[in-house]
This record gives sequence, structure tokens and C-alpha cells, in this order.
Amino acid sequence: MSELMLMKGNEAIAEAAIRGGCRFFFGYPITPQNEIPEYMARWLPEVGGAFLQAESEVAAINMVYGAAAAGGRAMTSSSSPGISLKQEGISYIAAAELPCVIVNIMRGGPGLGSIQPAQSDYFQATRGGGHGDYRLIVLGPASIQEAVDLMMGAFDLAEKYRNPVMLLGDGVLGQMMEPVSFPEYRGPAPAGKSWVLDGAKGRPPRVVNTLLMDAEDLFRHNLALQAKYREISKNEVRWEEYRTGDADVVLVAYGITARVCKSAVDMARQSHIKAGLFRPVSLYPFPIKPLKELAARVKGFLVVEMSMGQMVEDVRLAVEGASRVHFYGTAGGIIPASKSVLQELQAIALRSEGGAAQ
Amino acid sequence: MSVVFKRPKALSDRPNTYCPGCTHGVAHRLVAEAIDELDLREIAIGIAPVGCAVFAYEFFNMDFAQAAHGRAPAVATGIKRVLPDRFVFTYQGDGDLAAIGTAEVVHAASRGEQISVIFVNNAIYGMTSGQMAPTTIVGQKTTTTPLGRDPARAGYPIRLSEMLATLPGAAYIAWCSLHNPQQIDRAKNAIVKAFRMQVEGRGFSMVELLSNCPTNWGMSPAESLKWIEEHMIPTFPLGVVKDVTAEEVKAGA
Repeated sequence: MSELMLMKGNEAIAEAAIRGGCRFFFGYPITPQNEIPEYMARWLPEVGGAFLQAESEVAAINMVYGAAAAGGRAMTSSSSPGISLKQEGISYIAAAELPCVIVNIMRGGPGLGSIQPAQSDYFQATRGGGHGDYRLIVLGPASIQEAVDLMMGAFDLAEKYRNPVMLLGDGVLGQMMEPVSFPEYRGPAPAGKSWVLDGAKGRPPRVVNTLLMDAEDLFRHNLALQAKYREISKNEVRWEEYRTGDADVVLVAYGITARVCKSAVDMARQSHIKAGLFRPVSLYPFPIKPLKELAARVKGFLVVEMSMGQMVEDVRLAVEGASRVHFYGTAGGIIPASKSVLQELQAIALRSEGGAAQ
Repeated sequence: MSVVFKRPKALSDRPNTYCPGCTHGVAHRLVAEAIDELDLREIAIGIAPVGCAVFAYEFFNMDFAQAAHGRAPAVATGIKRVLPDRFVFTYQGDGDLAAIGTAEVVHAASRGEQISVIFVNNAIYGMTSGQMAPTTIVGQKTTTTPLGRDPARAGYPIRLSEMLATLPGAAYIAWCSLHNPQQIDRAKNAIVKAFRMQVEGRGFSMVELLSNCPTNWGMSPAESLKWIEEHMIPTFPLGVVKDVTAEEVKAGA
């Protein structure tokens, strides 16, 4: 463990990426993530890497495609509208099974939206986002320290599965400052990449391709991708629980919203509501099993998001009707206040008492 | 007996899938010959476009990436930044390069990216069966300009080589044609020169090859070659548009 440093989220993410092995960065400016490319521009060349400011997000993600195909540890970062532009390339990268890391510091939408924090790209991130059947590994940190920890392992994770990994943060996480320490990087020994394009010297040519014109071939490729996603779902589920042991109502939230919800849990406990928090860390794969187990013993869930209701659908799918799933969401950069969450919890508690009396 | 003509090492032993009479085959061969001559095959990484040449990775005998439509110069940039000592080239058609991929090629040239681009301009969308291309000439009939390209509605053909030549990052840009043996020979020399520019680290290089599309032009191969000469060359005048080494010679003299 290194000493504690006070760092801005975006800069800490960039530093963690470099420490985690990132050597190539391609990006295009957009608020509120600009400190990531700026940090990379300054520090990547110092470690023998390369930074390039692309002409567009579309070009940037295709540079990542090329860099990853050539065996480089490459990443890009952006914010919501920019991530929409990258979807074409992300689909190709997932199809070609190339490893890379994408950071989305979410802002409000739809359209140009705002530059304020949001969590309304959850659908886009967890459903693939572009065309075709594919998934990203999506990680949603709730603190700068957690963003650092996840980022430092992100390239290893991407290479393990030859799949894009997305770090899904929000404008708060990117812009706030927190004390952070950088663990020593202990990645696996670099494995030979049998698929890298580096010149057909003394070996048959290699092709990185996403076109499979034969119907059976493309079907087989899709089945193989699905098998990989099942493997990811088996191995890479991450979540945190807080005071759920005896909870009647469990809040479900990720990212910065989960921090607000943690305070709301403590406040609720003081007013004798047995509340707990379930915080998914991996958004894909979604922690379906532990939520389902929780559903068997709690009275209800309250999903809180800085969106109009996206992750709530995954919670409903996970609990399969075994428990009531309530929702409280904000948009436009409004961060849910712990007091508002508490009020929602109180209303749910009242309703369930009323229900019991009937 | 001596061998006077054989398949270049840089071409694979597979029949190509281009239409009979299409000059893509000639263009592939010239690129492969140039790669063989400069001994680049084992350090070459090609990038295939979306369009008729999408299967180029099948026909060239070297490492290849297939790119999204128009993005080949961005993919090439990513590869070259990771492996600066490799030879990286894209092979793109007019729709890929001069319409959907305009931004990517302009900025690759502007950055002086050390890559080479083979630009096959046949003034039409071949793969999607004959729609207007950014390089369709005024008056030319396509399935989306059924009465001929009318500039009032559909604008003018883009002379991309001329555009890119204005950029300081571009080291070598040449307009060539594949309509007769003499021009094919010239095109070959231009491709060798363009590739050499990259090997010498002089910057971005591109050769635009005026090509045919007998299938979608609705002509015999022979008629189509004549059509290049009579109708395309007046719009895309042949010649070296930019050559930084020639400028050096001039400056020295």
C-alpha cells in the first residue's frame, strides 16, 4: 500500500490505469471526464506509452480496436453522449474478442442533457450498447478508492476474457476528491497473445475480423460468446451488503447513490426501520443470486438511482416477484438526498404496516 | 525455362471473389508486388474496409484487421502507435474513405500518421449494388441518381487526393489509374513510392487508383476501362499531387 493521497476521481482513475498496465489512450474531450485524457497526455509518455487526442469518439474507439489488435493495453474514456458515439466500435471490439477498457463518467441525458452527474446509461452499459448480442464486463465503483482498485485490475480482467471492460462512474465520482492509496500492482505474468497482429514472420497470417458471412459460422460465434458471458457471470459477480442481516427493507443502489443510501440506512435504523443496503459492484454480471436469496427473507426492496428507473428492472428480474420492488429516482444531475431516501423508506414501512393490518 | 510471372508472396493462394473484369484484382496484385519488392510482408499489417474489398484479408498473405465502415485509418493509427516499426496500410473504397470515413482519413493525414492508404475509386458503391458514391461524377447514373448525378440535388464529386495534399502531414499523394498497362505500371511505381515514404518515416502517404465497376456501371470490362479514361480522368486528373521528396529536390536545386 502506498501512502494516502488526496486526488480527484478522474485523475486517480487515470493513474490507476497506468499502474494497471495501460500504455495506450485514445480519447476525445467531453465534460465531466476531461481530467482522464489530460492526465494521460502528461503521464503516459513517461512510461513509454502513447496518448492520442482523436478527431472524434468514433475514431478514438477504433484506434483502441487497432491498438488492442496489435497487443497493446489500450483504453478510452468519455461521458454519456460520447459513449453513445463509441457504440459502433465497442460492438466490433466485443465481436472480435479484443481486450480493452472503457471509462464512462456519466452525465445527464437524453440528448446533450447536461454536464451534471447521472446514472442513466445503465441500460446502454449492461445490455451491450451497440448492435448485436454481446456484453461488457461493467463495474460501478462507489468511491475513488474503489475506482482505483477496480481500474488496476481492469486490464487483467479484459485480457482474461478477451472482452471489453467498462468502468461506469458518474460525474460526482469523476469530479470529487478523496484520499486514495494505490495498491501494488500484482497482475498475472503477461501471457502470450496468440491472436495479436504483429506481422506474419515465420508463422501463418492472422486476421482480426468480425465478419462471418456463413450463417452457421455466425451462429457458432454467438454461441461461443454466450458461453463466455456465462463463464463471466459465474466468476465475476461482485457486490457489497450493509446491515442486511435482519433487514426488512433493503435499498439497492450502485455508485455514488449507494453512498447516499448508506447514510439513509443509518438514519432509518435510528427511527426503528430495519433497513439495509445491497450494492452491486459488478453491474454486468449482475448479482442475481445474492439478491434472490435476500428476496426470500425481506419484505421489500427500494431501488435508488440517478435515473428514471433502469437498474430497477434487473432487480425485478432477479427477485422474480418474491418481494415488492419500489423505486426512487432522480435526473438532471439531482443527487438523491439521504433525507428523501429516508422518506421513501418511511412511506414503504407505513404502507407495509397498513397492509399487515388489513 | 525461367519463371517470368508468378503470384507475389504477399498474395494468398485463393481465388478472389471480385466480379469478372474488376480492377480490384489488379490493385491487389500491385500492392502485393510492392510489398514483396520492399520486403515488407513479414512486418505488414493491412486493414480491410467495408465494401467490395471487405474480404481483402482473405486475398493478402499477411496479418490483417477488418475495420468498421470508414474507420480503417483510425484502426491503422491504433496499430501503428503500438507497433511503430511495422508496416501498416489500409485498402479502402470511395464510400469507405471519401464518405463515411472522411474524418478518419483527413485526420490521419493531418497527424502525419506513418501509414499508407490505397484508395480504390470506382465512382460507385459496388458492394451494395450501385448507389451514388462521393466520387460519382456529374451526370453519372447510379441507382440513387437514376437520371444522372445532378449537382443541384446531389452535389459534386469529392477530389480527396487534392484535399489531403493541402495537409502538411501528407508526404506523398498520387492520382493513378488502372485502365491500361502503361497506367498500371505508373500506379505500381506510385504504390512503391508511397510505401517507401512510410518505411522512411516521412509521414502519411496515399495512392488513389481510378478503377472500374463493370457490374454496376452496366458495361463490359473493356467498355468500363474506356469509360475511366473518357469520363473519370477529366474529373480526377492523373499525376503526383504531393511528394515531399520532390520538394526536397527542388529546394536543393
